[in-house]
Amino acid sequence: MSVPAVTAPVQGAAGFEPAEPQPRSTVGTNLLYAVLRNRKAMVGSLLLLFFTVLAIFPGQIAPDDPQAEIYLPGQSASAHHWFGTTSYGQDVLSQLIWGTRQSLIVAVAAGGLATVLAVLVGVSAAYLGGIADGLLSLVTDVILVIPIFPLIIVIAAYEKNAGLLTLIIVLGALGWSYGARQLRSQALSIRNRDFVEVARVRGERRLYVIVFELLPTMTSLIVASFLGAALYAVLAAAGLQFVGLGDPNAQSWGTMLYWAQNNEALGSGLVYWAIMPGVCVALLGAAFALMNYAFDEISNPALRPIPKLGRRK
Amino acid sequence: MRFVLRRLGFFVVTLWAAITLNFLIPRLMPGNAAVAMMARYRGRVNPTALHALEIAFGVNNHQSVLSAYLSYLGNIARGRFGTSLTFFPDSVSHQVLQALPWTLGLVGATTILAFILGTLIGLVSAWRRGGLLDGLLPPIFVITSAFPYFWLALLAIWVFAIKLGWLPQNGGYDYTTTVAWSWTFVVDVLRHSVLPAMTILLTSIGGWILTMRNNVIGVLSEDYVRMARAKGLSPWRIMWSYAGRNAILPNLTGFAMSLGFVVSGAILVEFVFNYPGVGWMLLQAVENQDYALMQALFLLIVVAVLFAILVADAATAVLDPRARDVR
Amino acid sequence: MSEREPLLVVRDLSVAYGSDRGTVVAVDHVDFELARGEFLAIVGESGCGKSTLLFALTRLLGPPFSGEIIGGEVLFKGRDMVTLGERQMRSIRWRDMSVVMQSAMNALNPVLTIAAQMRDVCEAHSDMSADEIRRRSEEVLRLVSIDPVHLRSYPHQLSGGMRQRAMIAMALLFTPDLVVMDEPTSALDVVAQRSLIVQIKELQAKLGFAVIFVTHDMSLVSHFSDRLMVMYAGQIAEVGGTRRIFDKPLHPYTSGLLEAFPSIRGPNTRLTGIPGSPPNLARPPAGCRFSPRCPHVTDVCRAHEPQLVDVDGDEVRCVLYNGRAA
Repeated sequence: MSVPAVTAPVQGAAGFEPAEPQPRSTVGTNLLYAVLRNRKAMVGSLLLLFFTVLAIFPGQIAPDDPQAEIYLPGQSASAHHWFGTTSYGQDVLSQLIWGTRQSLIVAVAAGGLATVLAVLVGVSAAYLGGIADGLLSLVTDVILVIPIFPLIIVIAAYEKNAGLLTLIIVLGALGWSYGARQLRSQALSIRNRDFVEVARVRGERRLYVIVFELLPTMTSLIVASFLGAALYAVLAAAGLQFVGLGDPNAQSWGTMLYWAQNNEALGSGLVYWAIMPGVCVALLGAAFALMNYAFDEISNPALRPIPKLGRRK
Repeated sequence: MRFVLRRLGFFVVTLWAAITLNFLIPRLMPGNAAVAMMARYRGRVNPTALHALEIAFGVNNHQSVLSAYLSYLGNIARGRFGTSLTFFPDSVSHQVLQALPWTLGLVGATTILAFILGTLIGLVSAWRRGGLLDGLLPPIFVITSAFPYFWLALLAIWVFAIKLGWLPQNGGYDYTTTVAWSWTFVVDVLRHSVLPAMTILLTSIGGWILTMRNNVIGVLSEDYVRMARAKGLSPWRIMWSYAGRNAILPNLTGFAMSLGFVVSGAILVEFVFNYPGVGWMLLQAVENQDYALMQALFLLIVVAVLFAILVADAATAVLDPRARDVR
Repeated sequence: MSEREPLLVVRDLSVAYGSDRGTVVAVDHVDFELARGEFLAIVGESGCGKSTLLFALTRLLGPPFSGEIIGGEVLFKGRDMVTLGERQMRSIRWRDMSVVMQSAMNALNPVLTIAAQMRDVCEAHSDMSADEIRRRSEEVLRLVSIDPVHLRSYPHQLSGGMRQRAMIAMALLFTPDLVVMDEPTSALDVVAQRSLIVQIKELQAKLGFAVIFVTHDMSLVSHFSDRLMVMYAGQIAEVGGTRRIFDKPLHPYTSGLLEAFPSIRGPNTRLTGIPGSPPNLARPPAGCRFSPRCPHVTDVCRAHEPQLVDVDGDEVRCVLYNGRAA
């Protein structure tokens, strides 16, 4: 004879408050609130916002046309050129600002593509089960294990001067495996939960159950996957362009580094040209990484900083 | 035992996939690079180099794709990877074996070091929750883990090699000295490896620290840790045998998955430092369109990754009795 | 200390923790005593503070039962454990007071054998030789009817019931004076539950240790505990002899609990639950904490928080008995 459970309490770091099942409409606003209160998420979002603005309005913000080779080549930093000029007489600052667009596009597009594929493969594998699951999981694991970067290098070797689209497609088509694995294991654990069973018993079609019951619960993991994929895309794209496998005429941070390296910028004292594009890549990457970390904290209260005890009785 | 067999089976499948990718990619690229390449080289390159390319592409004029594939597999199995264009007339296998020790020494050693150090630091920082270490490290390392490897390398070169002149910025060793097992040579090699090693260490350690820290925090709220405290065991014993040994398990699995990052980072670092390892050679091969060499190097990288995963799996089996009993 | 002095005296103990919503007092001024060899059951809903109380008693607070002791004393064999440092606590741990936890699957270290887990506590608290440790481990396993060959097993290789009994065996390694149990039967099926508690009673008769048994299942302890303590919202609602409470519950909450279940042999009555839910401990209601749900509530209840009053040797916290304060 147990104490009648009138409510369903939740055991957690703050474990005594009975948790009411949240209506779906408040999930979004709760998320926003959580983001605003978390310092890391704030810093990350601000950085992201900063770069997005640069990407949308480069013409208004940059002082010069990035391709214009009109200045004295090889100058170091000055009032007129905050980061100096390149060996070809271009303004480094303008190049940095115009380069934001490509990097952001690659991050979001490749990251998005990879995430969509990860959701499709991971959730299908979990939901279909059996042979389909076995096959999908095998493919996922194989792609996961084969190092993507060398594979992309091999692919790029056969198609010289890979353009932006190729980069996005290749990064997206190869970078989904990690997310798929995580999403699959989460989907597996949710699938057996009561509210999913309820929907099935109600007679809802499979697709409905997946899209409207399963996926909303997995939002935070999906967002975290996207952030991770975007981070990877930024770094991988920059790396590929740096070693010369991208389009050398493209306007991006990676290509800036490529040209800087080719012209021995470090050695000849053009430090900003050689270092600043890397700083930008690092900052954009840091933005995604911070938001990813903050998301971990938001979805797992145990990881949050421990609040101090209030007034004593 | 079944566990081991399943893993080996998986490795074989992955290896086969890598080999097949090597075979298929040039054929799938627009314009069928294989055939175009062969046509371009015919008559302009000597027969040995041509033969190397034929092996690399598994192309032989009047063969069907399937039989080309099979003879390609046969060649790989016999270790015949062809002749390198870049290092003509040296064989691909010989060149690859030259580069291997450099990468093993640099990347292998630093990755293991980063894993061990990172795990230890993560364990200690989570153990002293709320302490200085715990408050400072996570944000710092979240940011550093987002740094592109090569950028840190460039920075390191600029600060330590150019500005301060303490360490060399290029190569695996001073090319003017003779290669011999002498003390000066060893010191020279070490000097040349400091900067690349530091770069890899600093960029990869962040991930280990963070994941270990998160694991330990999760483990610390487990009942068996509370039980260990109830038993009045010393904090050291709890940290090692109860928290540490359980928290490290997911890290070992994660090790396998992070190898992709390690490899890509290694390639870029070797490129920046002109360090004569596998990654540097791969990029050289790409630049010279030395496809035979490139494909062999790619296979080597895949094999190395699989081997590392095998080691991580073995470590898991040793540390986790539950893994040994998995059906 | 003499046989008559209580083994454990808890006075005015309060535990609180910080949360996003402010300070939460999970255990609010709790007093009780425990005699040698006595079996005290602590009963209440999830979230009433009974587990937190347990971990505060044994100085084992920490995630996920976070909190700090903010007041009161816990006199165990005359010493106040609240003021002891961790070093001093260690000399008491396991030798005089041991713990059995809810789910042995989670409470036993999955990567160590049973033998290793018994060995490390023996080594920590005594200088027994390896042989002596092994013999003692085999002895305690036999006490709970487990074949000593299982010393070499890992926790996941034992069945649920065996794991739980192994934990109890481990708790008896030094034949302590007090064994504290946090819902040790919750993870078991009904039959295993009863056989476990019967075994505990037998061991208690043989070895003479006192037991504090925390559970949400009153019926389980109805025939085994000497005294019963009902907790609600961090406070003691009622405490007294087990049989008396079952025959004549004083606090409306206790009556509500008893009424919610059918008796197999009694007349068919309508089942009634207790409407509402436990209060938010970050902002407890003024007055009696049970007042929002109480069928006998009056204005007095809502205004003043009642204190524990003595009623024929038992204690109850309810305005209904205020006039009978001894």
